[in-house]
Amino acid sequence: MLSRIASCDSHGQDSSYFLGWEAYENNPYDQLHNPSGIIQMGLAENQLSFDLLESWLASNQEAVELKRNGESLFRELALFQDYHGFPDAKKELVKLMARIRGNKVKFDPNKLVLTAGSTAANETLMFCLADPGDAFLLPTPYYPGFDRDLKWRPGVEIVPIHCSSSNGFRITISALENAYQQAQTLNLKVKGVLITNPSNPLGTAMTHQELNHLINFSKSKRIHIVSDEIYSGTVFDSPSSSFISIMEAVMDRNIDESDDLWSRIHIVYSLSKDFSMPGFRVGMIYSNNERVVSAATKMSSFGLVSSQTQYLLSRMLSDKKFTCNYMKENRKRLRKRKEMLVSGLKVAGIRCLKSNAGLFCWVDMRHLLVSNTFEAEKELWKKIIFEVGLNISPGSSCHCNEPGWFRICFANITEETLQVALQRIKVFAQSCNPQMLLLQRRSIIGKWISKLSSSSSYDQEPDR
Amino acid sequence: MTQSHRTTEPEHRKPTTATAMRLIVPLQGVVQGRGGLILGSLIPCALFYFLQFYLKRHRSPNPPSPSASSSNLAGLPRTSSRSTLSSRGSLGPVRISARGSSIAKPDDSPYYIGWNKFRDDPYDKINNPNGIIQLGLAENTLCLDLIEKWVSENLSDSIMGRDGDDLSISGITTYQPFDGMMELKVAMAGFMSQVLGQAVSFDPSQIVLTAGATPAVEILCFCLADHGNALLVPSPYYPGFDRDIRFRTGVELIPVHCRSTDNFAFSITALDQAFNQARKRGVKVRGILICNPANPVGNIIPRETLYELLDFAREKNIHVISDEIYGGSIFGNEEFVSMAEILEAEEVDKDRVHIIYGLSKDLSLPGFRTGVIYSYNESVLAAAKKLTRFCSISAPTQRLLISMLSDTKFIQEYLETNKRRIKKLYDSFVAGLKQLGIRCSESSAGLYCWADMSGLIPSYSEKGELELWDKLLNIAKINVTPGSACHCIEPGWFRCCFTSLTHEDIPLVIERIQKVAETCK
Repeated sequence: MLSRIASCDSHGQDSSYFLGWEAYENNPYDQLHNPSGIIQMGLAENQLSFDLLESWLASNQEAVELKRNGESLFRELALFQDYHGFPDAKKELVKLMARIRGNKVKFDPNKLVLTAGSTAANETLMFCLADPGDAFLLPTPYYPGFDRDLKWRPGVEIVPIHCSSSNGFRITISALENAYQQAQTLNLKVKGVLITNPSNPLGTAMTHQELNHLINFSKSKRIHIVSDEIYSGTVFDSPSSSFISIMEAVMDRNIDESDDLWSRIHIVYSLSKDFSMPGFRVGMIYSNNERVVSAATKMSSFGLVSSQTQYLLSRMLSDKKFTCNYMKENRKRLRKRKEMLVSGLKVAGIRCLKSNAGLFCWVDMRHLLVSNTFEAEKELWKKIIFEVGLNISPGSSCHCNEPGWFRICFANITEETLQVALQRIKVFAQSCNPQMLLLQRRSIIGKWISKLSSSSSYDQEPDR
Repeated sequence: MTQSHRTTEPEHRKPTTATAMRLIVPLQGVVQGRGGLILGSLIPCALFYFLQFYLKRHRSPNPPSPSASSSNLAGLPRTSSRSTLSSRGSLGPVRISARGSSIAKPDDSPYYIGWNKFRDDPYDKINNPNGIIQLGLAENTLCLDLIEKWVSENLSDSIMGRDGDDLSISGITTYQPFDGMMELKVAMAGFMSQVLGQAVSFDPSQIVLTAGATPAVEILCFCLADHGNALLVPSPYYPGFDRDIRFRTGVELIPVHCRSTDNFAFSITALDQAFNQARKRGVKVRGILICNPANPVGNIIPRETLYELLDFAREKNIHVISDEIYGGSIFGNEEFVSMAEILEAEEVDKDRVHIIYGLSKDLSLPGFRTGVIYSYNESVLAAAKKLTRFCSISAPTQRLLISMLSDTKFIQEYLETNKRRIKKLYDSFVAGLKQLGIRCSESSAGLYCWADMSGLIPSYSEKGELELWDKLLNIAKINVTPGSACHCIEPGWFRCCFTSLTHEDIPLVIERIQKVAETCK
């Protein structure tokens, strides 16, 4: 009686990523009422700076009441359903995007399409760029939600670009080529590459080198580049130097409207991570391609942003003092919290990939695996959920090539809760100790052997 | 999962090599003189057959628009590309998708052309008195004053919360359940019940909230039909369905034509005919989409017809989607019966009925994007809930609505006043048209009237109808929706939305139509 889409499991909601959430929901940690419950560290939500937003709302009654200079805009907003978006909101959003990129790039509000969240933005872009059965290449590990956003309704296949820990999970030329070849073998037409920059789950901003590889690759294969820059505002070490938007990278190569590639560059952004407003459902597509903007604009009627919210945003973001202060303070808090997590894990003998962005760390627990397999990773993960009481995301749910990596979020819990979590991890790691030493020895030898035998023709960065 | 990708690889390679071997060996036999005539003729046929089969299996589904490729080539700038050809010897850079290309094309329906023209030259009593008067958008501004008053007294509290309230300011920015806050579902269930005069009670757990009725309709289609399936829709129907349903789902809409002699009521016989015709074409019908009260005609489906419709759906084993978005805009004396009421009485087959609702028409809040899917089918609800990931209602708006819809006293006053004001304006508008010899069909609901201007069209055809539409738009400067945009089989009918007008505007509108009407006689 139901359609294939309703009956299949392409929504991915049955994957391990979501099963952990279920476990958490059945037994959530609460400092007072359930101190032995499961702590949620699998949700990439930024709760560190809500107070700043809420105080702005509390002291800007006029905006909340949908008034401007004493006059009510209610009537106009109640009737405003134009899918071209509220002009003031779009103007402020492109200014914000430029500011986050150190004003090195300017964005045109007419190329911006508003959608109900970046989930809708990614899905809409897929409808615009690929037909059912086409493929997009994604570097692994990647955000598990992409399986749903690309495959479910748009019917777009994902072919992974395998990245490995040997070079800090950076994208290499051969990885790109291999992915393309694999798509050919599967007889899939590749329409583009989808990158998340800064990366989820890695928490790293892409380097100049990586972006150049990507640009060269996309030029040679003549495909699209979709850059999901949803974490661009969370880069917490001096951002203007370490975060490079695809737009900036393209400009640095002197690629402009006259170049073919220009109209194949698309950016996805949202206020859910940078601005801690996931509940507001504000996402956007920025595209240099007129026809994509036209199609996406029409499709946005399937998920428009409430005019009330658009107005509120236009007021909030036009408050430059607030916005700059918010971004600065937010980054500071994120950095502090990340350092707390990293040092706490270090005490437990657990290392993280060196990161400079995001709301999470990519944690190396390979030494805690009984064997270098995904089964062992799953066993470890189950232990961590049910015995240690932490919901973290296993690397396999992010399609990581190597078992033993986990994503741990740090921005959605209080400092006290984080301390509790770190204590639990310390105790757990110590209990694995004898096994740990043995495996560490084995893994060091293993690494040594693999380093000797692997080719060093592509760029290598030191293992962070 | 990476592992499953690895395991699918060899499976894809296997058939090609195995098949190849099965062909080559006997072929070798033929060449070397063994096997003879039989194999010699069988093998080329088999080869041909295999090729077709292989191509069919590995070809991606056909894109919806045949003109995609030509428009693609025209759209992109040419460059002297020195890039190397890809290993597949491509003909050029990848374009946008075929479906994207088809959607990006400029609108050719009068429904949208009229809107665009209005946007460029909108009527304003003071600033632009010769501008285009909008009668093509079903928008209700008659009771916005009531809502404005409520908002000025309550908005701040609803967002910021009062001390001790569950819904305080903290928590307004966090992730919410994608299918809507429970408090809003409860308030919505109560509101929907009030709209029906408490004739039915709605269960909040059967509600899925979406950012507008547009995604609600699309989600239901994604859940109930596959690409290439069809829905039967009594016509004339709301022009937006052509987009909402066909844009991305790939589901076909089959109009079931209704006639003025029946006051555009649909008959089960006509539905049955359409169903059978579709079957002959090899198209699978998955459901019937009705709009009740109807758009653009404004009539209400009688209780007996609803029962017959359910019987028909049961017999064919298909779904019924009832879009009841105008349920609170009833100004006539006819009894409006919601599908929900029928199902409360009957105990059978609730699994195939789904109701769409929203606040854009009855509560004049299209900007706030609030739609409802109400279903009795657990699997549909489960799938729809997951799909709301792509179209959730913004949290501040949910807060505002929880507060407003829970104010049942205000809602009651609003609903009653709204009906009165619509009726008054309807009577005035219809009387004005009557003076020009333009008759409207019998309607008791909606924000529009369905006017018969067939006496004014130069030829009794779609062409003639569009010529009149053009004159009305460009000479009389009023934007109305021609029946052909609504797939009406009889030429000359026009939908005229009047609820964004004031009483003072009506004589002006009539006067403008008169100018054109005189030139047509």
